[in-house]
Order: sequence, then C-alpha cells, then structure tokens
Amino acid sequence: MQAPLPPVPPPQTVPPAAIARTIVDARNVTLTYQTADKPVYALSDVSLKINKGDFISLIGPSGCGKTTLMRTIADLEQPTSGEIIVNGMTPEAARLKRAYGYVFQAPALYPWRSVERNVTLPLEIMGMPAAERQQRARDHLEMVGLAGFEKKFPWQLSGGMQQRVSIARALAFEPDLLLMDEPFGALDEITRDHLNLQLTRLWLQTQKTCIFVTHSIAEAVFLSTRIVVMSPRPGKILDVIDCEQHLPRERTLDIRETPEFAHIAQRVREGLMEGHSYDD
Amino acid sequence: MMTERLRTHLLPVAVMALAVLALWYAGALWLNAPQVLDGFARAHTDHWTLSEFARQAFSQKRPILPTPDQIASEMVQSLTGYPVTHVRNLLFHTAVTAGSALTGFGMGVVLGILLAIGIVQVKTLESSLLPWVITSQTIPVLAIAPMVVVILGNIGFSGLLPKAVISMYLCFFPITIGMVKGLRSADPLSLDLMRTYSANGQQTFWLLRLPSALPYLFTSLKIAVAASVVGAIVAELPTGGQAGLGARLLSGSYYGQTVQIWSALVMSALLSVSLVWLIGLMERFVVTGKRGGTR
Repeated sequence: MQAPLPPVPPPQTVPPAAIARTIVDARNVTLTYQTADKPVYALSDVSLKINKGDFISLIGPSGCGKTTLMRTIADLEQPTSGEIIVNGMTPEAARLKRAYGYVFQAPALYPWRSVERNVTLPLEIMGMPAAERQQRARDHLEMVGLAGFEKKFPWQLSGGMQQRVSIARALAFEPDLLLMDEPFGALDEITRDHLNLQLTRLWLQTQKTCIFVTHSIAEAVFLSTRIVVMSPRPGKILDVIDCEQHLPRERTLDIRETPEFAHIAQRVREGLMEGHSYDD
Repeated sequence: MMTERLRTHLLPVAVMALAVLALWYAGALWLNAPQVLDGFARAHTDHWTLSEFARQAFSQKRPILPTPDQIASEMVQSLTGYPVTHVRNLLFHTAVTAGSALTGFGMGVVLGILLAIGIVQVKTLESSLLPWVITSQTIPVLAIAPMVVVILGNIGFSGLLPKAVISMYLCFFPITIGMVKGLRSADPLSLDLMRTYSANGQQTFWLLRLPSALPYLFTSLKIAVAASVVGAIVAELPTGGQAGLGARLLSGSYYGQTVQIWSALVMSALLSVSLVWLIGLMERFVVTGKRGGTR
C-alpha cells in the first residue's frame, strides 16, 4: 500500500518569471585604497544590476575604476563598503564555486604549456579526467576558430590568437558569467573588428552573461545590450544606456553605419564629456 | 651558406683560440727565460740563437709556465699510458673528484631547493633564515674545508662524505637564491588567474610557481655544478688524499711538477665544462616552450 506522496516542493530552478534573473547585483559599492600619502577613491557608491544573458560594457577613461569594479565582482579586490551579490552568493563564494571566467588585458598564457594544455589548466584544477578535458579544450578552441592549433606553444601565435586562446580557456569550464577586461585593447583595429564579431556570435550561441571593460566607444556600442558610462576618480556611474531598444541582439559589422548606432555612440560620448573625461 | 657560417661562427672562434695560444707561448717564453739563461750560463754556452732559446724555453722539465703542447702530451701520456684504474691515469683522479662533486651537487640541489621553498612559503623564514644562508657564503671555503673534514672525521665519516659536504656548501647557495627569485617570478596576472580558478596553494605551486621557476633553477644549477667541482678539489687538499684532481695538484706542487699541475687544472676545467653542458642538455628537455615574450 502506498502512502500518498507528499506534495512536491516547487523546484528551485528557473521559475519562468526568473528568466531575466539578476546575476550580478552591486549595491552602493565603494572602494578606497590606502596609499602612502593619501587615500585613492577608486569606486564611489556604485550600484548596478546585471541580468542573465546581458552583455554589459563598462566604458570610461583610464583610471575610472572600471577594471576595479570588475575585479571586485571577481573577488580579486574587496569593497570598502557596500555589497555585491554574484549568482546569489558573495563574490568569494562565487569565486570558490568557479562561477565566472576571467579574461585579462593580456592573454596570461603559461608559456611552458601548449595551447591545448593552457585551455585545460582550469579543468585540471577542477579535477576533470584527462580524456574529458582534452575533448573540452578541443571543442572550445574550435569555437574560437583555433582548431588545429592545439599542439602549438603560445609564442608561435599572434597576439589576437593568444587572446582567443585565453577566451577559450575562460569558456572551457563553462561558467555562466564571463568577465573580460579590455581583452582586445592591445590589438590592431582589423583584428579587433574580427574578434568583436566572433565574440558577439559566441555570446549569442552560449547565452552567457558578459561584462566587458573597454575604452572604445564603437566596441562598446557594437557588443553591448547595455553600456555603463563611468567617470574618473572617484569612479562613479554617470549613465546606463540601453542598446537593445535600438539595436537587434544579432549584429553584423554593418550596423555600425546605421543612425541608431551613431545615436548611441553620441550618447556615450556625451556621457563621457559630462564626466570631464576629455579634460587635459 | 657554408661560407657564411664559416665567417660568422668558425672564424671568430679560431681567431680567439689562436690569440690565446699565441699569448700563452709568449708568456712561456718570457716566464721561462731566466731558467733557460741560467742553463746556458751553466753550460758555458755563450752563443745561442733565438730559435735555440725558444726550443729550450718550450721544453723545460719544470717550467714556470708549461706550454700547451707540453700539457697536451702529458695528458695523452697519462690517459693512454696507464689503465683507467691506475693512480697515474688522470681519468682515475677525475672520476674520484667527479664522484664527490656530484654527490655534493645532489645534496646541494636538495638542500637549496628545500631552503628556497621554505623561504618563499613561510614568511618568517625570509628574515630568520636568509641572513644565515648569506653569512655562510662570506666565510672562505678554504677556511671552512679543514674544519668540516676534522669534524666529520671525528664522528666517523671520512672519504667521500666530507668532500661532498664541502661541495654541497658551495652549491646550495646559488640554487637557493635563484630558486627564491624563480618561485617569486610568476607575474601578478598569472597569480590572479589561479585565484579565479580558486586553486589551492599546492596547485598554484605545482602548476604555476614551480614551472615559472625552472629557467631560474637551471641558471643556478649551471653555476652550482661548476662550484661543486671547485668544492671537491678544495676538499681534497686538506685531506691529503691520494686520489682526486686536488691530490694531484697538491703532489704536483710538492715536487714542483708544474706540467702535472696544469694537466690537472685542464682536466678539472674539462670536467666542469662537461657538467655544465650536461645541465644545459637537461634544461632543453625539461624547460619546454620558449620563455619570455608572451604573457
């Protein structure tokens, strides 16, 4: 005889309304560095909500705290006050759970490891079996257009290719959140266009949430669903521009010629000017 | 192609070698001149030609500076004239010295690396241990070698071990210093990367710190292996040993056998060079990928 089953508790995963759920929630984040002579105010009262599937660009002049904000989300820096929630956890818990992949300004590949073994590095740390991590590396290298380069060493690759390897490495353990700190800053414009196109496709295909730091207005407008304009010290958010109202999610390089694109770019530029980014 | 290689590679090498040889022979002529003149005076030879003078200067039995060909023929005679196990064969002495040098080198590598890991991993060791490591190298090895031999002899160790300990004493220092620098050479970005993977200390050590230290380690190993030969030879002097290049140097100087001394010197140089070369060979297998230039 069977006892009636107790009512099933509602599953914790994805109630339909939570499709646009918040992945990163920064509330009144302030970060002050104590230097020898005077404190440096890197971030001042920054609040920002980032939803799942968003592509957010942080734009602003050098030293405006955009990298600091991202490093704070990644738990590489700790805020002086305020709170950040990443994936419903503290940034530290999120880091320990490997909730995000980080792409640095430089590729930061390990020169003694082949391309493939660079991509498998995080998988090795997670303790994934060798055969599986090799397959993962191959898949992700193919995704960034580097199939066939597995056995090469980083120095045999161009700067753009090295940065693609580092993107494959960040994607390899399939985090929900991808943090990219000026990944294409050191590359020439042609390579940059090409990688931007590849990145926007990758983002659509993998449905990841991306946070992207850049100085380039065109890059920010081309890639983002929302653009966060920041002012220099103390780093503050001046404007948040919603691009999705004007531009489709799926983008090609031609959209850069449209009036909508120019309009958003103009608004970003105005925002930067308002923050006196064009002083001196 | 071939002539290009000849011009850029072989020619400078040949010119340099010839210059060294010419200087050497000139030196022999100059330094052995008093002996030769003395000989002429004793034999009442008043009229001698320059070529006769040179021939005499280059073939003294106990020259102040023997010529390269004298040393070469002494070495060939020693290496081919006796079985390898014979005390008159230089290879026998080289093997004895190499044995204690390599034992000491091995001990020095272990000690040096362990000290470096300790200094890097434990903050307080840097201020408490490093000064002792540095002080140890300010004492001349010639001063400490007899002490080590006496102390170890007193507690029942003789033969290879005291010599190896002195080699180790010279070896571990460059390894510790190089390895400390190497273990700290990982750039901040690579360390941040490890943090984003929430790698633990051990994983960071094995996957990042150790591999980035290897080029530094091998540079230190080359210095250390050459120092280990010096250590072994110095250690052979106070032991009054019957075997080893040091013993050979000592007996040569007792009897004024300068050719024998120089042969032993050349042999020790050859030994060091081949050991350094071996380390370089190992480096090529162990240190994969081209270092530098990529980040």
